[in-house]
Amino acid sequence: MLHRFSKFLAGCTVLLILAGSLVTSNDAGLSVPDWPTSYGWNMFTFPPSMWVANILYEHGHRLIASSVGFLTIIMAAWLWFAEPRRWLRWFGVAALGAVIAQGALGGLTVLFFLPAAISTAHAGLAEIFFCMTVAIALFTSPRWIASGAEPVDDALLRTVATTTTVLIYAQILVGATMRHTGAGLAIPDFPWMFGHVIPDHWSNAIAIHFTHRIGALLVTLAVLATATHVWFHHGDRRELTRPATLILLLVATQVTLGALTVLTQRNVWINSVHVVCGALVLTTSLVITLRTWRVRFSDVRGVRLQADPRRGDEVRLKPDTTSIGARA
Amino acid sequence: MLRNAWVGVLGMALAASVVACGGGSQEAAKPAESAAAAPAAGGGQKVDPATAGSVKGTVTVDGAVPKNDAIKMNADPVCVKANTSPQFQETYMVGADGKSLGNVFVYVKDGLGNYSYDPPTGEATIDQKDCRYHPHVFGMRVGQTLTIVNSDPTLHNIHAMPKGNAEFNNGQPIQGMKMTHTFSAKEVMVPFKCDVHGWMNAYVGVLDHPYFAISDKDGKFDISNLPPGTYTLEAWHEKLGTTTQSVTIGPKESKDVTFTFKAPAAATTN
Ligand SMILES: [Cu+2]
Repeated sequence: MLHRFSKFLAGCTVLLILAGSLVTSNDAGLSVPDWPTSYGWNMFTFPPSMWVANILYEHGHRLIASSVGFLTIIMAAWLWFAEPRRWLRWFGVAALGAVIAQGALGGLTVLFFLPAAISTAHAGLAEIFFCMTVAIALFTSPRWIASGAEPVDDALLRTVATTTTVLIYAQILVGATMRHTGAGLAIPDFPWMFGHVIPDHWSNAIAIHFTHRIGALLVTLAVLATATHVWFHHGDRRELTRPATLILLLVATQVTLGALTVLTQRNVWINSVHVVCGALVLTTSLVITLRTWRVRFSDVRGVRLQADPRRGDEVRLKPDTTSIGARA
Repeated sequence: MLRNAWVGVLGMALAASVVACGGGSQEAAKPAESAAAAPAAGGGQKVDPATAGSVKGTVTVDGAVPKNDAIKMNADPVCVKANTSPQFQETYMVGADGKSLGNVFVYVKDGLGNYSYDPPTGEATIDQKDCRYHPHVFGMRVGQTLTIVNSDPTLHNIHAMPKGNAEFNNGQPIQGMKMTHTFSAKEVMVPFKCDVHGWMNAYVGVLDHPYFAISDKDGKFDISNLPPGTYTLEAWHEKLGTTTQSVTIGPKESKDVTFTFKAPAAATTN
């Protein structure tokens, strides 16, 4: 049940990221000049008849964000009272802290007229929070808890997958910087750059944009390396092959969306879905990475596994309250 | 733990409102100061109307300008209702002759000595009406009161994006709302935009002297009561940039000046 709820929260966070990227894509970030009020109204009583034009995006983003914040409070509380793993209980608290800090950054960037540094930090923390919700969903999943099958133990894969995830996050930060400095069309053509393989002139905006394109190349190579390694060495491990296939599809989609963003001169929806797809690439890579590290979690403390002798692959979970903290 | 979270949220909200209020009052205090200081700032002699002359003239554009961008207002029903015909940006206001250019800010950039000027009479006004700014380009003095009005039955936020003055962004959700603002430093030009209706934009030139004018739809402008001297005049257009020329005025002389902008090459149409 907690696992379902955490999946629901991660899903809501995808929506929230879409809503947030629509704000930037529509240049609607300052369409509600005050915060936490909306045009002087309490955020929750601001009349829907006033959600016109760009206000719809900004105010909608604030409402969805509040809902996700509220769901995170529930999840943190739920983990706190029901989760036997101590570190996971605190991880829930950390997720709550992240979402509160995220709200504060969102408010600050409005009050200071969207400085690129605060807006980019808001984008960067959004991805961290999304990663946390996905990680909680993974940590509470029956498959994670049940180590009926021995987890994969492959040092090289751990390195490759971890590097890939870090690279993707860095690439997202560059993309966010590009969005919030208005450099999305600094190089107006694709795949060429001003008609050349490499730009023939430079500015800060062109450099940021160029870095994002090079980043795309590096991420693609890293993802290919991870996926190839998974398929060649762990082709029988569905918990790895499935996300490995998924991430290849996502990266292909993501590169296409990025190209289309330039070619359509930043079509609002293409641009926004590009942001969401980037977040999905990141979390898919995170899932692969965490599964390569699963073996290092040794056992799931406080949760005793009972294999059902009649069905070898199934397990029943029973919290073992007596051992909480004993081995932490 | 739940309680702690709520305390945190409340604390954040409190802190935010303090920040918001602090910003507001600071904004209000600054202009008042400079308004009081403005008349004394010149310190020099008064302009003698007996010898003052004027600069009149025309602004033209050489070549065909691109068509103004179309505006889609359908995101706000109030704007749609107020504008039944197709709507376009006001970027290029070209006269019937195809040459004269309106909405150009012409002003004395350099050459005024140490005069002291009468404080500005009256107030400048910018009105948000039919989901447009009226006027689209205008000038005002440092320390002068700018009245900002929302005449529309919809919400606007007026967002000024100066470089040398304090940035501000104020919401006017109710029809008939008014607020005032004064700029504390000269700046050519301060852009305004509405972030609710992305197409709404306007520009104000803020000067520490009264020698400025906006070209009308026939490209005509008139700067009068100018003391004899040699001046650098600048003409500013939101898309075509600036162009300057030097002009010398003798006592009681009226000079005719023409500013000509080059139309952008067809390839750079946007
Ligand atoms: Cu507006």
